[in-house]
Amino acid sequence: MNMIPPRNAQDAAYNFAYLDEATKRMIRRAILKALAIPGHQIPFGAREMPLPYGWGTGGIQVTAAILGPRDVLKVIDQGADDTTNAVSIRAFFARVAGIATTTHTAEATIIQTRHRIPERPLREGQVMVFQVPMPEPLFKLEPRLAETRRLHALGDYSLAQVKLYEDIAHQGEAGSAYNHPVMVGGRYLMSPSPIPGFDNPKLHNSPAIMLFGAGREKKIYAVPPYTTVESLDFDDHPFKPMRAPHACSACGSATSYLDEIIADDQGGRIYVCSDTDHCGENQGR
Amino acid sequence: MYVAVKGGEAAIEAAHAWLAERRRGDAALPALTPRQIEQQLGLAVDRVMAEGSCHDRGLAALAIQQARGDLIEAAFLLRAYRNTLSRFAACEPVDTGAMRVERRISATYKDLPGGQVLGPTFDYTHRLLDFTLAAEGHAPQEAEAAQPTMPRVTELLAREGLMARDAPDDGTPPPDLTRDPLPFPTPRPLRLQSLARGDEGFLLGLGYSTQRGYGNAHPFVAELRMGAVEVMLAPAELGFAISIGDITVTECQMVNQFAGSAETPPQFTRGYGLAMGHGERRAMAMALVDRALMAAELGEEATAPAQDAEFVLLHADNVEATGFVEHLKLPHHVDFQSELEKLRSIRAAWESQA
Repeated sequence: MNMIPPRNAQDAAYNFAYLDEATKRMIRRAILKALAIPGHQIPFGAREMPLPYGWGTGGIQVTAAILGPRDVLKVIDQGADDTTNAVSIRAFFARVAGIATTTHTAEATIIQTRHRIPERPLREGQVMVFQVPMPEPLFKLEPRLAETRRLHALGDYSLAQVKLYEDIAHQGEAGSAYNHPVMVGGRYLMSPSPIPGFDNPKLHNSPAIMLFGAGREKKIYAVPPYTTVESLDFDDHPFKPMRAPHACSACGSATSYLDEIIADDQGGRIYVCSDTDHCGENQGR
Repeated sequence: MYVAVKGGEAAIEAAHAWLAERRRGDAALPALTPRQIEQQLGLAVDRVMAEGSCHDRGLAALAIQQARGDLIEAAFLLRAYRNTLSRFAACEPVDTGAMRVERRISATYKDLPGGQVLGPTFDYTHRLLDFTLAAEGHAPQEAEAAQPTMPRVTELLAREGLMARDAPDDGTPPPDLTRDPLPFPTPRPLRLQSLARGDEGFLLGLGYSTQRGYGNAHPFVAELRMGAVEVMLAPAELGFAISIGDITVTECQMVNQFAGSAETPPQFTRGYGLAMGHGERRAMAMALVDRALMAAELGEEATAPAQDAEFVLLHADNVEATGFVEHLKLPHHVDFQSELEKLRSIRAAWESQA
């Protein structure tokens, strides 16, 4: 699939990209603040969106705030452009902003995502927008926000370190397979959103801007380009990104992140790339 | 006082007449029929059947109309009616594995045998008010036919040993929440019965709290399915089971990590939700809370409200809750009089010391 020009003009019943201009300005201020303090969560006045909370309202608001008429938008969910929620969000922006959309990572200026970072390395000028369910990396260890705010202010991440230590002591490795916390710019502990640990290294010193929007929890945070992002680990137990030890049965890639698909009632499995654009490109070659 | 009693009677009669008038609304508009409610407000009917714990779409629709759309009041009406029915037999457990599926999704696999079937869902609609519905209504589109039966996702995981098996059925009849008071600690069958008819909003809030750190859940929807199941009954005089009809149910199997213990390897455990009719929010919230309530059995530290069976089960029933909260509207002047006297006496003592 190539670049998809807008099928219709923008729906005239709504302002460009749905939100009114004052709301967009408020969100842009939060984004600028977030970029100025990498990894730090900035509260913002999240609005009700016409998609339900938990389905990407934070990401949608960030995208709506940064979208311009010449932008080319890619939306993925679980790495794929054809998953239902990605289709729905892409259709939403095509309708309310009339912008061009694409499935090609290389062509996109803005990539809104849920749970993955594309396999193709990002470049300068591209913006990743992550949909974030729980922005607070410590919430499973301390659910009270007043307290976690204090811990962030003090840079006290001993709770997370002790949890990691306990996991390693009990089972020999970290307990989190996805949403493994990262240290940003050596200062703030940050949730990378529920991306698999496999994708964590892609955040490190990326040339692209990484924006994170949490609508229900009303927080925005960011990783500016070329910022250090280190997965929480110990010197003697370095962080290990994991993938299923197979090759993609469609394109043969032995390095991409794979989805496990149950092929029959007998429990037979096949493995295919979760990044559908990457897989398609590999097959084209 | 005699006068007050007579006055009370007249006031109650007048109130009921006013209520009936309000229920009817503008007489210039056509009156609703329970049949219209059953057909066009089907999800309200499903909720009332679940919380009223009685599967009868017609009665639930009637209750909704009589309650002016107050769904808790409607569930109350249905529960009250249910208790007038004699119980002549218990059906066989319904086989949701043999469900004729209208909707079936798994969030844990991109694709699986039987496929993902979206069915009639709000999920990917944009929540934009559709003014054409107010203007002229929509011509209904051709619905997709129900799918053949599909294997259960959790069973596929269990075969690999990654999923804890539920305790096998040992043949003892399950205890019945509607016949005996809840014991504490509460066995799982009773917990599930209580959750199945608990208030949807309460279950939703509790389930949500487990996702936000109050109870430490890592949930995945292994499978959510909705469709018709056959109800089988084995009358004693026949000695074998016969089908007495189909009902629509929604089932959710929620997969959760379990760290393991000295006896058990690390594995997935499942929370279970079942709702009469099409009730995904209810089935999912129920599955989250069911899993949270297993904390004690799995030796997990129980710190959150959703893990406290007594707190959850004694406050989930909205018929009980609304009764007790709203009973505060009843006269309490005798008690209040004694409070007044007590307060005056304490203050007199306090002032004499000052």
